[in-house]
Amino acid sequence: MPERRLIVSGRYDRVKEVCDFVVRAAEEAGFDESEAFQCQLAVDEACANIIEHAYGGEDQGDIAVACEVSDGELRITLRDSGLPFDPQSVPDPPPITSLDDARIGGLGLAFMRKVMNSMSYSSDGDGNTLVLIKRKSTHET
Amino acid sequence: MDISTNEEGRASVMKLNGRVDSATAPDLESALKKLVEGDKTRIVLDLADVEYMSSAGLRAMVSTLKAVKRVNGDLRLASPSPRVEEVLRLAGLTSIFSIYPNQKDAVGSF
Repeated sequence: MPERRLIVSGRYDRVKEVCDFVVRAAEEAGFDESEAFQCQLAVDEACANIIEHAYGGEDQGDIAVACEVSDGELRITLRDSGLPFDPQSVPDPPPITSLDDARIGGLGLAFMRKVMNSMSYSSDGDGNTLVLIKRKSTHET
Repeated sequence: MDISTNEEGRASVMKLNGRVDSATAPDLESALKKLVEGDKTRIVLDLADVEYMSSAGLRAMVSTLKAVKRVNGDLRLASPSPRVEEVLRLAGLTSIFSIYPNQKDAVGSF
């Protein structure tokens, strides 16, 4: 399957387009509904982080998305031109044992780590690149 | 996302329809805040028609739960879809919220 690309402006109300784009790619590649949902969740959280942290707000730049499928693996690449923001530098929130310690900050990143098989980040003079990989469950070892 | 609110028994029932994500969660948060500010602190959030929820939606729910618990109220969840349940489970929030299979049971629990 050839690589698919989409570019949207960095606004919260454009993130659903990215989600729909990724779900379509996942479903056409044969991922089941649950796996496609997990890809959507990870990409949604990643885009929200780009807008909030890399761009520091809405309408500060674009988000470019590419989906590539090969050998039972969906590779989602997100690029932005914002400030360096490495999601991997943010630790998972501690386990929630009571309402008092329920902290939602960092939860989106925890979702990305939990539902995707891998997540890698790089930054250069042009911005940030985040690569999320999801493998079909039948291909998991 | 559509939000409708009505009074049922001893509770305020807020029914959501659609998608709760970064774009729509601020509307949810402000609707919940309005209820709490109006001293409606026994709240049932009916999630039957929520097709998708991200951490932004959870943030609005947790901040409201903390606010109502401080005044002996509660925010109870009714009929979350399997996908919303999955998000609650991923977040470790299933033990923090009281979750009911339907709106009637959630309202009756108050």
